[in-house]
Amino acid sequence: MPLTTISQPLASAPQLAWTIYASFLGAVAVLLTPSSRPQFTRWVALLTSVVGFVLTLGAVLQYQPGSLLLVADSTWIPQLGIRYTLAADGISLTLLLLTGLAAMAGILFSWNIEHRTREFFAFYLVLIGGVYGVFLSFDLFLLFVFYEIAIIPKYFLIAIWGSAPNGDTRPRQYAAMKLALYSFAGSALVLIGILAAWAASGSHTLNLAVLAHYPFSQHFQMWAFPLIFVGFAVLAGLWPFHTWAPTGHAAAPTAASMLLAGVVMKLGAYGCLRVAMMLFPLGLAPWGFHILGLGSWRDVFALLALISIVYGASVALVQRDFKFVIGYSSVSHMGFVLLGLMTLSQIGINGAVLQMFSHGIIAGLLFAVVGRMVYDRTHTRDLAALGPMQLSYALPFAAVTFTLAAMASVGLPGFSGFIAELQVILGVWRSMPWMVFAVALGILIGVAFTWRALTRVFFPASQSDESPAPIEHPLPPITLPERAGALLLLTATIIVGLYPHILMRLILPSLQSPLFSALRNGGWR
Amino acid sequence: MIFTGPLTWLTALPFAGAFAVLALSRNRALARALAILVALASLVGALALWVHFQAASSGMQFEQQYAWASSIGLTYHVGIDGLGLLLLLLSAIVVLMSLVASWRNPAHGPVYFALVLFLECGLFGTFTALNFLHWFLYWELTLIPAFFLVRQWGGTKRAQASLQFFLYTMVGSVALLVAFLVLYLAAGTFEFLALAQWAHQGQLTAALQQQFSWTGWSGSSLALLLFWAVFLGFAVKTPVVPFHTWLPATYAEASSETTMLLTGAMSKMGVYGFLRILLPIFPAQMQQILTPLLWLALASIVLPALAAWAQRDLKRTFAYSSVNHLGYCVLGICVVARFTGSDPSLLLEKSAALTGVLLQIFSHGLTAAALFWFVALLERRNQGKRALTDFGGLRKIVPVFCGLMGIAIFASLGLPGLNGFPGEFLIFKGVFPLAGWAAALALLGLLFTAVFLLAVLQRVFFGPMRESQQQAPMPDLTVAERFAFAPVIALMLVLGFYPQFIAGKMTGTVAQWTAPQAAPVQTIPSTVTNTSGYPVHATEAHR
Repeated sequence: MPLTTISQPLASAPQLAWTIYASFLGAVAVLLTPSSRPQFTRWVALLTSVVGFVLTLGAVLQYQPGSLLLVADSTWIPQLGIRYTLAADGISLTLLLLTGLAAMAGILFSWNIEHRTREFFAFYLVLIGGVYGVFLSFDLFLLFVFYEIAIIPKYFLIAIWGSAPNGDTRPRQYAAMKLALYSFAGSALVLIGILAAWAASGSHTLNLAVLAHYPFSQHFQMWAFPLIFVGFAVLAGLWPFHTWAPTGHAAAPTAASMLLAGVVMKLGAYGCLRVAMMLFPLGLAPWGFHILGLGSWRDVFALLALISIVYGASVALVQRDFKFVIGYSSVSHMGFVLLGLMTLSQIGINGAVLQMFSHGIIAGLLFAVVGRMVYDRTHTRDLAALGPMQLSYALPFAAVTFTLAAMASVGLPGFSGFIAELQVILGVWRSMPWMVFAVALGILIGVAFTWRALTRVFFPASQSDESPAPIEHPLPPITLPERAGALLLLTATIIVGLYPHILMRLILPSLQSPLFSALRNGGWR
Repeated sequence: MIFTGPLTWLTALPFAGAFAVLALSRNRALARALAILVALASLVGALALWVHFQAASSGMQFEQQYAWASSIGLTYHVGIDGLGLLLLLLSAIVVLMSLVASWRNPAHGPVYFALVLFLECGLFGTFTALNFLHWFLYWELTLIPAFFLVRQWGGTKRAQASLQFFLYTMVGSVALLVAFLVLYLAAGTFEFLALAQWAHQGQLTAALQQQFSWTGWSGSSLALLLFWAVFLGFAVKTPVVPFHTWLPATYAEASSETTMLLTGAMSKMGVYGFLRILLPIFPAQMQQILTPLLWLALASIVLPALAAWAQRDLKRTFAYSSVNHLGYCVLGICVVARFTGSDPSLLLEKSAALTGVLLQIFSHGLTAAALFWFVALLERRNQGKRALTDFGGLRKIVPVFCGLMGIAIFASLGLPGLNGFPGEFLIFKGVFPLAGWAAALALLGLLFTAVFLLAVLQRVFFGPMRESQQQAPMPDLTVAERFAFAPVIALMLVLGFYPQFIAGKMTGTVAQWTAPQAAPVQTIPSTVTNTSGYPVHATEAHR
């Protein structure tokens, strides 16, 4: 059934489909560039990503809050009721913006890749295209296809260009395989759910907007919801399905880590919201009985999210590998997102989507400093080894960037994380008050591990009072692309931190739209 | 849009200046000059505000209020009354003093100056913001530069000291945040003025009871809990005994120029919080637990004075003396709290106490910053030595230095004729009729302060000179340094003889704090009015 039967302001924005097509075409173009001129390859990749971002920005600026942008709708496999439907509402636009920013920054931070440059950027752009596709898909099958398209480049990016953690005998191929297998497993669960939804709705359509209004039986939703939610939550890094994330992020090359932690994990959270919660909201209703104090899937996943927050932060506190600290911090921050979703309140879900954006930017910054600025120069990620290198003198730009990123990561006011976490906390308080204390504990542990990493690496206490002895082998200075990328991400987080309205005007009205009416009728808490 | 108001400009000036200084990081001399220029410009701005401030009117002036993120109750709301004005001026003066003191310190480079300017921006923001989230942004943002200033330019134990400082303040901040989130859930607003109005109408306990009935606690117990949380946040900053233990270590380990900032300006954030936030929003709770609060204030007066007497390190001596001096402010506030909104015959005492608190804030900021400046000079001229036993008989070789430092010490002591006296006198004048026993005990604090300060005077300026000093006597103040100190000392003398200079500007504010309360309003303002214009008298935003 076509999208137009849904009573919601519809506008047309066919140019957004070009975010996907441009990325794929850019990948092909990059492969066609001569391998003897890597600079040309890089510029082609950068321009492709800029095209995608500019298109998204244009759509955001014209967007009428609360409306649905129809991007494409054509027949595909009519025998199965599958259509090629692309659409975007405010939530999709927020995540598209994130993807655009992360893509540009990632390419800037990969400017120094010399080994098989063309293949790197080709895989990278295919990944970006796939991610754009997931955020734009409004047909479940199409969403699944793009999701799968996104998994392949991830494997290759880590397996070929990644690096093994220090002292870890397992090679990077292990991390790549683990990540790919977990992603496939998650998507398998999702596929089962999609097929079930297709069958239960009369096998006519897989259109998200239509299915959002389809009256699935409560019994059906009760098992479809957790199936699909867990499938996507694997990718979102929910405890205990998170173990691929720190390993994968630590082994990945910088740009891939930025994208993995920054955007791909948000694919999981987006799926949780867009598919699981939008289509099967009754799955969150109380079971009528209690097991260990948990009376609904909502309680279960909220608890798991809470554990993610505290566990992720606690484990980050004891890591010796700089990249693992950031990897586990991603698990902790994604816990915020999923907890916000489970509050089932406007303010909580708004905070969750804002946190998706905010953490995407901040994780990008953190991995950029750790991977590109520090590791590529020092070839070590060991906190103890980095301290004596006096990095705040050798790489002052990295020190300042990491300090600002750390402040943002902790949720200091003035950066985007504060507003997001504040809203999640208010949402949690309204619906599950006793959890607030654990959330607060998670934040405090977050401050602790961030402080530990920051001071161990950049401001170790053993520095003497006088200016340091000249470094024998000075580290290469921070290059212009790195500065540009860092500035891009810092500006984004500070702008959103100081003026969150620019994103909230996209997110909040979308939660009020007819798409989420079933969720609202379940009762906002 | 927000840049139509003077307060926004004043806050933005050091922020922009800090970036400009960072851009000049290759050239220390230029960066230093620019930093001082910016601090001077901020001082001129603060003085301009001082001149244009209407002393007699109550309510906020130069007020601006704009919607910012209304879904979470965040507005851009700034304004100052007498208290805010006083602290803006004090911060500007102290920052300028600190930067001038760093002139000859080679360890302090452009990054140091930039951090000091960021700190100044945070201070200006804290003293002007009137919406909790807006205010909290600046409160937290002062923490970061201060942490780095202590950690990167401090002494040998700076790592532990900075960590302790950071943790204590963070715990206090978290307590504040949680308390205000709870208040927001009950009252629906983060605005200080609206919350104060609402609390005054007695709706605080009722709303808490209603919103949090699931806890099973009564509204007044919840309000008391919130009060303690907010109190904790400010008690750590002021500090109030027993939350003061971070202070001696931090003040001692930070470089003396940084300590000038910490004691001169940052410590006032705590007292500001008591006056702007704690007292207006929780008057009933303060009355409820007045006696424990009075005991804490007395402990903050007497015990640090004794502790200062026992110190060997000059910086620790003055650090404890800092706690002691601010204890008088806490005492004054607590005593006034006992009598909010009642008996008009006590008006005189309450006004005296509050005016005394304001004078004490300003004079202590000035005097303490000056004292640490002198300590900085002593250190630099004596290879970093700063123990009492390292000095002796200095008045023979550095008479000008001793003379000026002597004036500062006597000001700290509260000698009549210098700026320390009016504040302390007025506080005692106000406290004595209201809580005589507390005043009597506080006198002990005065006594011990006199003892340890005179001991410092005697040990450092008089007495036998050390061998090393006789071999290589330290040079006296240069002409430039005398010129630098002259305005500070002059201000001490002027304020000692004519405190009306400051007190005169505070009359409207003090009158508003002590007046019998105005008629209650019906609604809490939920729509945000766009008020700007310069200057503005008591606006409609909180009526």
